[in-house]
Amino acid sequence: MQTFFSIGVDALAYGMILFVISIGLSVTMGLMRVINLAHGAFAMIGGYIASYAARDLGLGYGLAIVIAVLGTIIIAVPLERFLYRRIYGAPELTQVLMTIGITFCVIGLANYVFGPTLKTIPLPAGLQGPVDIGFRTIAAHKLFAIGCGVVVALGLWYLIERTSFGVKLRASVDNTAMAAALGVRTKIVYAASFALAVGLAAFGGVIGAELLPVEPYYALRYMVTFLVVVSVGGAGSIPGALIACLLLGAIDTTGRYLVPEYGEFFFYLAVIAIVWVFPRGLMGRAK
Amino acid sequence: MKKLILAVAASILMSASAYAEVIKIGVVGPFSGPFAIQGKNFKAGIDAYIATHGDKVGENTIEILYRDVPQADPAQAKALAQELVVKEGVQYLAGFYFTPDAMAVTPLLKQANVPMVIMNAATSAIVTKSPLVVRTSFTTWQTSAPMAKIARERGVEKAITVVSDYGPGVDAENAFKTTFEKEGGKVVESIRMPLSTNDFSPVMQRVRNSGAQAVFAFLPSGPTTLGFVKAYNENGLKQAGIQFLAPGDLTQESDLPAIGDAGLGILTTFHYSLAHNSPENKAFVAAAQKAIGNPAELSFPSVGAYDGMYVISKMIEATGGKQDAQKAVDAVKGLTWESPRGPVSIDPETRHITQNIYLREVSKGADGVYFNKEIKTFEKQPDPGLAAAK
Repeated sequence: MQTFFSIGVDALAYGMILFVISIGLSVTMGLMRVINLAHGAFAMIGGYIASYAARDLGLGYGLAIVIAVLGTIIIAVPLERFLYRRIYGAPELTQVLMTIGITFCVIGLANYVFGPTLKTIPLPAGLQGPVDIGFRTIAAHKLFAIGCGVVVALGLWYLIERTSFGVKLRASVDNTAMAAALGVRTKIVYAASFALAVGLAAFGGVIGAELLPVEPYYALRYMVTFLVVVSVGGAGSIPGALIACLLLGAIDTTGRYLVPEYGEFFFYLAVIAIVWVFPRGLMGRAK
Repeated sequence: MKKLILAVAASILMSASAYAEVIKIGVVGPFSGPFAIQGKNFKAGIDAYIATHGDKVGENTIEILYRDVPQADPAQAKALAQELVVKEGVQYLAGFYFTPDAMAVTPLLKQANVPMVIMNAATSAIVTKSPLVVRTSFTTWQTSAPMAKIARERGVEKAITVVSDYGPGVDAENAFKTTFEKEGGKVVESIRMPLSTNDFSPVMQRVRNSGAQAVFAFLPSGPTTLGFVKAYNENGLKQAGIQFLAPGDLTQESDLPAIGDAGLGILTTFHYSLAHNSPENKAFVAAAQKAIGNPAELSFPSVGAYDGMYVISKMIEATGGKQDAQKAVDAVKGLTWESPRGPVSIDPETRHITQNIYLREVSKGADGVYFNKEIKTFEKQPDPGLAAAK
């Protein structure tokens, strides 16, 4: 029983970190219909900015997160204006080629500017070290990550399902021409949701940095996992992504604990099974 | 007619007197991609050698040609080695960070009449693949086996091994297990983790539940070691008094700043610490840090490359710059010299480097820089891996 809880806590923490990073990708792929393979690159940029702010400038962790999110959005907005805007509605291959190109450019630049070594983001004293939760100890920053995941999930759900911005976003996605005719400024709506997705990537990159350390190949190393989460959860669905992260986190962690020699066998077996039964993902919307 | 004969004679004479040649050395390594830092270290070691010894060996000038294999890719390594031999006419092949890359190139050596000097790839068996292979780095067996002796000396009865599931990881597991059990200890469990593991908490829980007094770990140097060391601390293994033992790949100098205080007190065994106290090493570190640009990026592959260049220079001396692979390799069998890492020699049988293995502890200097402090020396260690494979 103790083993069960022990695995459960690890799985929850890992799943939530995956969720915070991947949900932005789910928004771009599901709502904006852009296959953004540069998503990991934006998460990495966030990590680098936070590392620079917290470690080299000596600012606090909270402030570093804010600077990282805003900084990444500032970098991403011109990219949206001049590059991404051209590929809205373009064939998938065009989107994939352009965004993977951006990823390689970012990797090269990161390697040149920051060097190939690992960069850490120093945690505040409150998040360092283990916390005793009764039956075992867990790293404090993992509890923080779980909390962040919950807040992001609720906040996003409210934004998309309950606010006028969410209505406009969903309208622009479903029928751009009709939404524009009804007075929705679709370009601004797209730019805002792109900024939101990128900001979430940066946020996830920072709070997940303890598990997925920041280095130039971050942008590609974890991209497959992020894409898997989106395809299993169903692009564009927040509850879907959340369920996918928790489920995949649980399978991955249990597999690692009980049968590590099988590697990621069970993880990908589960992915194949889910996608086979639900081709659009767990909560995917039919086109 | 007379004129023509004169001209021919003159040209023959001139070419003979101008024998001083440019000798090309092809270096294959990861110079871009996720392992670029290791390739940079190759280059830093080679540049440091040229900066301190000059680019001339006798009359001959050496020229280095670099070829990039970003990740372990035997086919690409072979193609590039072929290109170096056929198109560029290199007399020596060197470098090789990954074992599969080195293995793929060994069948070419005989026909190409080219010796190969391995500056990193650490699987014991490579030297058996061709008599023209010489290695100046280390093997995982060589650096892991002494750790088992240390563990026994410190009174560890039961240990658990945790390694990444790939060639060197399995090597490390076998080396530790064999030696540890020979010394009378017991390995209670052996865990092999997938290479792509990010979250090490489940592994640490298993280590804790196993009841072992020490955990022996091996992961490839780089991003994953950081998460592993952190998970060790955060899951309370440090407080529980479970000792952390590993070969030095886990605490390579370029990763230490990121690991930070979490790494203090970790014991590793390895062939080289940047902090090794000798005049040779001080001179080498100064030159290599200058060559690499950012001193924080310097790490162990640089010393393998530096010594590799020394071995090649001895080969060039012995052959007088003429291409004769067998003669070159024979000349360095039994070669003994003082490397930045300490006294070393090339074993005439295996053509692998015999060297001191040091027990080190991660420490923090007065200037706040983390380093591997040597606290014990195992002198003149050969490679036990080949004997074990027989």
